[in-house]
Amino acid sequence: MSLVIRGGTIIDSEGEKKADVAIGDDGLITEVSSNLKGEEEIDASGCIVTSGFVDLHSHLREPGQEDAETIETGARGGALGGYTALIAMPNTTPAMDCLAVIEQVRALGEKSVCEIIPTGTMTVGRNGEQMSPMGELVDAGVGIFTDDGNGLQDPRLMRRIMEYSTGLTHRLGRPVVLAQHCEVEALSSGGYMHEGAWSSRLGIPGQPAEAEELMVSRDIALVRLTGAHMHFQHLSTAGSVEMVRLAKQEGLPITAEATTHHFSLTDESCASYDPVFKVHPPLRTDQDVIAVRKGLSDGTIDAIATDHAPHTDHSKEKSFDEAPPGMLGLETAFSVSLEDSGLDLPQILALLSWRPAAIAGVLDRHGNTVSIGAKANLCVIDPDITWTVSGNLMASRSSNTPYEGRRLRGRVRHTIQSGEAVVIDGEIQR
Amino acid sequence: MNSTPSRSLLSIEGMTKSDIEEILDLTDTFDEIGRRPIPKVPALRGRTVATVFFENSTRTRLSFETAARRLSADTMSFGAGSSSLSKGESIRDTVEVIEAYGADVLVVRHPAAGIAQRIDNWTDALVVNAGDGCHEHPTQALLDAYTLRKHKGSLNGLRIAIVGDIRHSRVARSDVLAFTMLGAEVVLVAPPTLLPPSLEGWPVTISYDLDEVLPTLDVCYLLRMQNERISEGLIPSVREYTADYGLNIKRAATLPKDALICHPGPTNRGIEIEAAVASDPRSVILDQVSNGVSIRMAVLFLLLGSGRNLGATSELEGGQ
Repeated sequence: MSLVIRGGTIIDSEGEKKADVAIGDDGLITEVSSNLKGEEEIDASGCIVTSGFVDLHSHLREPGQEDAETIETGARGGALGGYTALIAMPNTTPAMDCLAVIEQVRALGEKSVCEIIPTGTMTVGRNGEQMSPMGELVDAGVGIFTDDGNGLQDPRLMRRIMEYSTGLTHRLGRPVVLAQHCEVEALSSGGYMHEGAWSSRLGIPGQPAEAEELMVSRDIALVRLTGAHMHFQHLSTAGSVEMVRLAKQEGLPITAEATTHHFSLTDESCASYDPVFKVHPPLRTDQDVIAVRKGLSDGTIDAIATDHAPHTDHSKEKSFDEAPPGMLGLETAFSVSLEDSGLDLPQILALLSWRPAAIAGVLDRHGNTVSIGAKANLCVIDPDITWTVSGNLMASRSSNTPYEGRRLRGRVRHTIQSGEAVVIDGEIQR
Repeated sequence: MNSTPSRSLLSIEGMTKSDIEEILDLTDTFDEIGRRPIPKVPALRGRTVATVFFENSTRTRLSFETAARRLSADTMSFGAGSSSLSKGESIRDTVEVIEAYGADVLVVRHPAAGIAQRIDNWTDALVVNAGDGCHEHPTQALLDAYTLRKHKGSLNGLRIAIVGDIRHSRVARSDVLAFTMLGAEVVLVAPPTLLPPSLEGWPVTISYDLDEVLPTLDVCYLLRMQNERISEGLIPSVREYTADYGLNIKRAATLPKDALICHPGPTNRGIEIEAAVASDPRSVILDQVSNGVSIRMAVLFLLLGSGRNLGATSELEGGQ
């Protein structure tokens, strides 16, 4: 017996109980009961012990934009935020559209403090024109395909990719997940924030909510046609949430995520003209924020994701039109969820851990119950501590957090990755 | 971020009626200076005004530089076309360099909304927004208000139509705020595609019918129509726009005799305004241009001069 987490309250998908957790040298949980002793002990008194978080949507920027983030720094931020697995988006340079790049990302991930799970692109070079080698990538264990950063515009090609993916289920051992960034570019291009009262007043060209909703609507129809598993990324409008709600009632194989910023911030933030608030899909209205929270609470939305999108300071020191979209999320997701989602703690943990783990197909090692024999991918949360967000103090190579200076309640204290305490008392251990 | 409110002039939004009236009152003084045989005073001697234009403009830049020189300020100018920006330098770096050369005021124009506000956060120099994307052009609104006040005595109760591409117009955004703050009633006249997507909170009414509106007006303010609106699919053709929204002689005849015709320039004769109408006695278009210099003198003086107590200074006496 090597490591014991003492004095905490366990919350997992089966409920809540007070118990210590002992972890063996093989990284598996060996015992869950009271008064356990170990060679190394971690204090969890007053804290919540739960399974590590799984982010369905991380941009780790490597290869290609290592000045903004690397897999190592992204994973550090993830571990500090309670994550034990990050699903790495494939819009790197070069894109993750072939085995070589996937293998490179995996190899870099092996050395990092989170499990890095690469996704594959749906089209070669994310060009929206030619299907990527999905079969080859599935055989290498890739289970999620996305052109994230862009939606796949061509409905005919989208249909073909959906059809093709359904023929790969037996090779993956579960349905392939197609993850869509819903944005009809013919409606959104030239727009830099949500189109509405604020964009009109600020003189910033807008993107209408319908740019997202038309693609959600299209893809629901194509799921009905093809039977493919579609995962909608970063839902941001009331209309999108309602369409997904109805599609799920119909029994279609659809899942969805929402980001922390889409239930905590609105388009009013853009009044500062600070491009730190520029993101795709854009920050929407109060009504949309309320709809996203409702979707999270009633199960329409399956997961809280970060869309962690690091950008260097100098790339954000541009006009609102010219700066790249995206904001940091990994180190603030839990606290912002606790502050702003309106959900109770067990619901938040489900949305951060076991429900996204199920979508990613990693329940064998993440998001499991805290029980004997389970892989020890865990985090320990202090729900009462308050702290102040500072981009410069984050592990990320970038500092583009939209919550700069905000006081938040609740923070991840320890993170255990495969039995190793990689974060203790908010400090990275290696 | 600055914790104290900036003294910079970034937008009409955030100004009060008395802020605007103070500038208009002061402009009378500078208008008088502009009509002297030697239109130059030493008020800003030793101060430096930099025009920093990330977007091409001749008129606004000349207007600011003329204003600065009449106040005896030194001027320097930065144009994006022939500069280090094309070598990849960031806006922030550019601004810091210009500040290091000793600029006290940066007069900034940029094709994107909000850049003047951003620059104001980055620099200790004062910033005057000379047009930021589709957002605001506050000195244009001030000179427009000054022109209307000069001809009509007051804006209070005036009925003003702003006609044309309001969606893309920083002039319209600033004018709506300034005119309504000074008591005027504003009607926006444009096809729906050339109006902002949302007018929630705008103190205006809308009309799609110029002919119906014209006889009711005290001021008809025309905006420039740009060819690219056709390729953007916002209007079918310039011909149709001119037919529906152009101020031609026939339409001008329905405008009351004491009404005014305004345009921020440059005009597209034959498109939004028929050539003969531009020289109609009711047109104050050239007056707007000359008032622009006086307004900008007042603005620069308020930002950089020795203060608002004009009686106690000899800065406005003639220089050599």
